[in-house]
Amino acid sequence: MSLESSATPAPLLKTPLNDLHVELGARMVPFAGYSMPVQYPAGLMAEHLHTRSAAGLFDVSHMGQLRLVGPDAAAAFESLMPVDVIDLAPGRQRYGLLLNDEGGIIDDLMFFNRDHANGGDIFVIVNGACKAGDIAHIQAKIGQRCEVIPMPEMALLALQGPQAVTALQRLAPGVEQLVFMTGGRFTVAGCDCFLTRSGYTGEDGFEISVDASQADALARALLAQPEVKPVGLGARNSLRLEAGLCLYGNDIDTTTTPVEASLNWAIQKVRRTGGARAGGFPGADKILAQLDNPASLTRKRVGLKALERIPVRDHTALHGTDGTPIGEVTSGLLGPTINQPVAMGYVQPEFAAIGTRVNAMVRGKPVPMEVTAMPFVPTRYHRG
Amino acid sequence: MTVKYTEDHEWLKLEGDIATVGITVHAQDALGDVVFVELPEVGTTLAQKDTAGVVESVKAAADVYMPVSGEITEVNEALRDDPSLANSDPLGAGWFFKVKLSDPSQLDALMDETSYTAFSEKV
Repeated sequence: MSLESSATPAPLLKTPLNDLHVELGARMVPFAGYSMPVQYPAGLMAEHLHTRSAAGLFDVSHMGQLRLVGPDAAAAFESLMPVDVIDLAPGRQRYGLLLNDEGGIIDDLMFFNRDHANGGDIFVIVNGACKAGDIAHIQAKIGQRCEVIPMPEMALLALQGPQAVTALQRLAPGVEQLVFMTGGRFTVAGCDCFLTRSGYTGEDGFEISVDASQADALARALLAQPEVKPVGLGARNSLRLEAGLCLYGNDIDTTTTPVEASLNWAIQKVRRTGGARAGGFPGADKILAQLDNPASLTRKRVGLKALERIPVRDHTALHGTDGTPIGEVTSGLLGPTINQPVAMGYVQPEFAAIGTRVNAMVRGKPVPMEVTAMPFVPTRYHRG
Repeated sequence: MTVKYTEDHEWLKLEGDIATVGITVHAQDALGDVVFVELPEVGTTLAQKDTAGVVESVKAAADVYMPVSGEITEVNEALRDDPSLANSDPLGAGWFFKVKLSDPSQLDALMDETSYTAFSEKV
């Protein structure tokens, strides 16, 4: 068998938790320009299952954090996305999509209305690999309407799993009162944090923004809780796939529109045809036309389950049962929770109906798959 | 009993003219949790370096090559049912297949344990 070499000549950035990862025995790999823990000694499978049953701590400090500040910040940010930013209530978080002029997805992100006393204050978290481009894009497009403030001094931790709230409320009483997609400022184990009840695993949990200087102390305090174990990026990927969530660069990119990506739920009614603030975002003509006339689509993202126990990986070709090429898998693996191969990919729309049989061509052999509703594992967000 | 190793991280244990083949401790460690194996069919004859199977972990897939030429005489059905045996006991219960050697002289070019340990520490 051949094993790929992980050697890389490029100098990698380190997160404030790098020493802790090494101390914990993590296997470090290059990711988004950083040296990141892909797994700890327990291994990807154990880390995945621990997150589903207890609580996993993830270092996601490679992700980009920024603030948009000023009275016009919400309206300005709304001009970049097909998303309702203006009506997002203070204290609430929402999923957003930065688009290019062709309606392609530049990045997906989370934003939070901090309800700053001096006007708009929107806290944004973007993908690590995209952050430099995102900040430049946002600055160029709306930098004259609001202050765009990158926050490279901040680290980001994610605590995910059904026991995350039990562990965190011991250190920060009151967090248990938050519901999914809300947040606020909390002191956690003596560290000043801004946290939200959200994440990217399909589980209840929190994302915690903390000054880099306090990240190590915070992480150690969380790991000292009996429910919490460290989890690497490998399990983060398998968890998010089971939850039916897109990975930027795999499942969505500048060549896919939100409608092709089946992210229609992220486009609120107010921005759609007939809505009070319809259109007005990059690529609006194309995206509204796709929403208004789904028959015009040439491909659509779907969930897939293999009917045999053979993992079907990224870039595997999808064929109709008659052998015609109909699309490609964009993320795929054996789902550790359901112990069955799961995947997401793009197919021609006539193959997108739930229950449709297709074949994935694995090493030249057809592996039967069925188009399946997502998430593959029921989400357990705390909606109150 | 002779145990030999390949540069592709397979091991081979010879008993008479039958060799048992598996992947090394180093290989299973690099792959991580093994979730699926594809084994060759009993009765097929394969040449040295031919692909004899596939081992997949949650994160990657890798081919398993024939360390020597010969006919497949047996495959480890237990490994098909529980691929994690490749992690928990790679040199024992996690074996992949048995091959009847057609050219025993091929063994001479394979590494012994000392050479393989030195080799795997470099890669």
